[in-house]
Amino acid sequence: MSALQHLEFDTCYLVHLPEPDDFDAWRERARALIQCDVPPDRIVWTAPGGAGDLFAQGDPHLPVPEPDARPVRASRRFVELARQAVLHTDAERFALLYRVLWRLQADPRIMEDKADLDVRRIEELDKAVRRDSHKMHAFVRFRRVESDEEENGEHYVAWFEPEHHILRANAGFFVRRFANMKWSILTPRGSLHWDGETLEEGPPAQRADAPTGDPMEDLWRTYYASIFNPARLKVGAMLKEMPRKYWKNMPEAALIPELVAGAQKRELQMVAEGAPETEDRPETLKAVDKAIHRCRRCPIGCLDNQAVMGEGPKDAALMIVGEQPGDQEDLAGRPFVGPAGQLLDRYLEKAGVERKEAYLTNAVKHFKFVQRGKRRLHQSPTAKEIDICRWWLESERAIIQPKLILATGASAARGILGKTVSISKTRGEPIPLEDDSELWVTAHPSYLLRLDGEAKEKQSRLFEADLAAVKERLAELAG
Amino acid sequence: MESQSILERLGILADAAKYDASCASSGTSSRNSLGGKGIGSTEGMGICHAYAPDGRCISLLKILLTNHCVFDCHYCINRKSSNVRRARFTPQDVADLTLSFYRRNYIEGLFLSSGIVKSSNRTMEQLIEAARILREEHDFRGYIHLKTIPEADPELVHQAGLYADRVSINVELPTDSGLTRLAPDKNARQIEGAMGRTKDDIAEASDAKRKFRHAPRFAPAGQSTQMIVGADAATDADIVGKASRLYGSFGLRRVYYSAFSPIPDASAVLPLKRPPLIREHRLYQSDWLMRFYGYKPAEVMQAAGADGMLPLDIDPKLAWALKFRDRFPLDVNCAAREDLLRVPGLGVGAVDRILAARRHRTLRLDDVARLTRSIAKVRPFLCTVDWRPTALTDRADLRALLAPKQEQLELFAA
Repeated sequence: MSALQHLEFDTCYLVHLPEPDDFDAWRERARALIQCDVPPDRIVWTAPGGAGDLFAQGDPHLPVPEPDARPVRASRRFVELARQAVLHTDAERFALLYRVLWRLQADPRIMEDKADLDVRRIEELDKAVRRDSHKMHAFVRFRRVESDEEENGEHYVAWFEPEHHILRANAGFFVRRFANMKWSILTPRGSLHWDGETLEEGPPAQRADAPTGDPMEDLWRTYYASIFNPARLKVGAMLKEMPRKYWKNMPEAALIPELVAGAQKRELQMVAEGAPETEDRPETLKAVDKAIHRCRRCPIGCLDNQAVMGEGPKDAALMIVGEQPGDQEDLAGRPFVGPAGQLLDRYLEKAGVERKEAYLTNAVKHFKFVQRGKRRLHQSPTAKEIDICRWWLESERAIIQPKLILATGASAARGILGKTVSISKTRGEPIPLEDDSELWVTAHPSYLLRLDGEAKEKQSRLFEADLAAVKERLAELAG
Repeated sequence: MESQSILERLGILADAAKYDASCASSGTSSRNSLGGKGIGSTEGMGICHAYAPDGRCISLLKILLTNHCVFDCHYCINRKSSNVRRARFTPQDVADLTLSFYRRNYIEGLFLSSGIVKSSNRTMEQLIEAARILREEHDFRGYIHLKTIPEADPELVHQAGLYADRVSINVELPTDSGLTRLAPDKNARQIEGAMGRTKDDIAEASDAKRKFRHAPRFAPAGQSTQMIVGADAATDADIVGKASRLYGSFGLRRVYYSAFSPIPDASAVLPLKRPPLIREHRLYQSDWLMRFYGYKPAEVMQAAGADGMLPLDIDPKLAWALKFRDRFPLDVNCAAREDLLRVPGLGVGAVDRILAARRHRTLRLDDVARLTRSIAKVRPFLCTVDWRPTALTDRADLRALLAPKQEQLELFAA
């Protein structure tokens, strides 16, 4: 019986494939049909599980090609795409592939024509199948069950619902990944079981066959909820890559509605807890003065005290920064007027630096204290409080633009640098600042007040030396 | 602190890690667990195992070993002077958690970073120990990304690369002055020095691999870095310039941009308002233009306005095309590949499809429509046998025609 005879009889063939995802079976039959010159419109393809043509009429006995029939040609690209496209649930896939294979015999380069409708359709099928496989790799969730067998006590079981016939084709991925683990993947289209050595296929399963939970899922949900940044909500981007249809088999997805609803609230809360309101930097000393009196950005501003503004000429070359106003400064509303301030005055005079020509201010603008009876006892500001107050100190710096800043004490240095430095390691050398001015660090004069004897003498000498160096440097900068 | 449950600690340490943008698990050497004792595989393409409502992919278990830190970087929630709750994991905890998650197919592997405790070296040792337990004791063959600490001993940083698929060192801020101001404990020279050494190590290892099959691997997925956008005054032009220098000098696989987001307990020197998220998106687009579309950094900067910022309402490619209208329209049937890549709305895939298809037929507008996402977007810049955008390219309101509708922008920014 030759191929030609079939054409004369106008026969229709009914080709039944044993499995819905069996590319090799399709290829073998398609090859024979092409060799017998059976045109695409004379073939009806069916496979189990497909909504195939139940009433299709046709001859189930396929023609046998002549031994010397010419070989069937297909480009590598076609075979690559066809292997994937066969896995699609589209009932037309086998007919489509045959039609393209038929056309390939006349035009071997047809696959390169991306504008061809058939080629485009195969590419669409391929893409959908690849995406489904990729999502399977991503969204399968195993749950651990204790197995009865003595050895190998752990068994991991997953329930998954793929859209296409991709289960068997992706077995290799899970075998390679979990080679030394005992696992099963159950789906409505079939199941896979791996015991660490061999892979077995099983019948279709139901959700009830899979375990309902795993203690580890609480940790996973905690992770999922914590790694999410509520300050950026992009639900559309999430849905595009993780459509709702997958959610029911993913333990973490139950949290999504709650996370989305809570996001804006959480962000507002983060902002409220976090930093102060945005504000433009004040541009005049008067504006800074006014603003610091209103400032309640840290708890110190809420104590019973008043803000103390810096004082000195607006074009001062030297800025001297202290820690914070003390009891007397707070009452007077002026910086460096208490015992430490008076001590500083004496040393400045000795070094030949005119206090009137310098701008004096503090790293923290309010007096921090605890009440002990009638006395208000000084307390050091925390790093955070200094950082919050940097806003004001920097505003003053921006207006005065001093050439040299003398920071007295570690708090003052932090107010300028934003980090805590050691006085003994940094004193005596200029530290360049980003606005081309320079910082000199020395001890706070109140430190000298607390010392006695030898230590006091030593520290006084160091303090004097620092001031002398500043004086000298100022002269250089002025020159 | 010891009373914290593992659940609480995971919550704190994952929360602390969420400001890192990268979660990529791609581009490493291909391997699997067949013939091994453990589990794990990497097959080139990364896998995103879940997506969070912030639109980011969850591919790796991304956590900090600890959020205690001796540094005081102002943009960072874990800085010394911040009041966040602190927690720590041991390297063994991290390894156990990674394996438990991996067995259930939640993740591709581990992305481990840490606050600096005690010293940079001590911290680096702990990070390496977690990776060592996974690789050596459990024969774990999944993906590992280790953050390396530029202040640590170069020998330790080198060891990290021997266990990890990817190592990264964050440059943190696009300008040196921003770094000095906001991350006073960090040093730009030190960061770039460490990147340079890692680059050399990677090159050396891949050389050795060519000569000896069993040469040790060194960070086969390369190194990456991250920059925070909107915390300092750097313009988009500054950022694009910095990124291109980093790609050029250190052979980075990726530069990640992370829009500064308001963090609890923020420092007062930071802006409180976050930059529009779309700015981060535009920077990623400009990054793509340089990496895949053949734009030079200077050309990307041409798309920016006089203030050095990329327009937010349209993408940088369209902005560039609107500025250089004299280069369009292009004839789809004969234009060179590098010119077609400059047409707004044509991606690399679409351009390659056009090139393949035009060998078979002379393309008409309908053909182009089938090969591209949106014909309306590309039409003003192309001609085919049956189409010329006669007046379209010269219209003054072309930008308005092509810019996405305002409502969409608002939604995206929300």
